[in-house]
Amino acid sequence: MEEILPDKKLDIKSLICPYTFVKAKLAIEVMEIGQVLEILLDYEEASRSIPKSMEDHGQTVLKIEKINDTDWILLIRKDKD
Amino acid sequence: MDFTEEQMMRYSRHIILPEVGGKGQAKIAKAKVFIVGAGGLGCPVGYYLTAAGVGTIGIIDNDTVELSNLQRQIAHNVNTIGMAKVESAKKTFGALNPDVNIVAIQDRISKDNIMDLIKDYDIVVDGSDNFPTRYLINDACVMAGKPLVSGAILRFEGQVTTMMPKDGPCYRCLFEEPPPAGLVPSCQEAGVLGVITGIVGGLQATEVLKLILGKGDLLKGELLIYDALKTTFRKVKVPKNPACPVCGENPTITELIDYSSGDYCTT
Ligand SMILES: [Zn+2]
Repeated sequence: MEEILPDKKLDIKSLICPYTFVKAKLAIEVMEIGQVLEILLDYEEASRSIPKSMEDHGQTVLKIEKINDTDWILLIRKDKD
Repeated sequence: MDFTEEQMMRYSRHIILPEVGGKGQAKIAKAKVFIVGAGGLGCPVGYYLTAAGVGTIGIIDNDTVELSNLQRQIAHNVNTIGMAKVESAKKTFGALNPDVNIVAIQDRISKDNIMDLIKDYDIVVDGSDNFPTRYLINDACVMAGKPLVSGAILRFEGQVTTMMPKDGPCYRCLFEEPPPAGLVPSCQEAGVLGVITGIVGGLQATEVLKLILGKGDLLKGELLIYDALKTTFRKVKVPKNPACPVCGENPTITELIDYSSGDYCTT
């Protein structure tokens, strides 16, 4: 599979709800349509709630991956302003 | 706008709303709102707009805090009795959110100062308690082209409407002239259930935020009437009057008028 290169990376490790989503949303707001945001997080609940909220807001979730014992990586493509 | 960590936390419940977001919160932070009156309505409007992070809030009132105010004027307290209402409100609002620039003006609003007072603000909120001031604010907002969010309360009833410059009716389209002083309830008749001010002020603050954000439908061309005893909200359509003396096609009121307020009760 082709590797998707993010246009921006966001580290929200150690943050909990709702700041996880607040940070992710603020980051994606200032990006261009079609650009991809990579989010690194370690709050398990956010690995499920951020993709859901992003989809509710009209964005596309490209990847949700647990990369080690504590961390997840999400790739979100901005489809809506 | 770059939010500090504190701002990100303070406004997080706004930012996660699709209709607000960081961009909407930045609009709120840039907005300038002028509130007439630091009484029953001015207190909750100013309090919630301060909490929301409105950039600048101007507030004018000439009165000082009295014990009888505390039944409804929630920005004041026993320690600020005797203090100018605007100073008391500024203390309360400032303690809630230091991001907000509160401009406190202890003065009576009049035909001579209103245009200058409102000129730097985006939106005007009427929290006044008497008809002369209500008409003065209406005429000034029509002339200055400022959106006006108007509220009124009496006994168990409240009214709210939003008037946009050159788009929909103004207050004089609804009632051309102030009622004669004899028809206005006297002080001993002018009771009010204190909490009504919170309902109406909350609705006014909501209208202000929707105006700033450009989201939702405003109470434009509509008067919302709240009856607390029946627990009903009623919307009455208000048409624009083409012959309105101030916002009509051939206005006859081209200068501001100070109706004598001596005969009116100011609760
Ligand atoms: Zn009119």
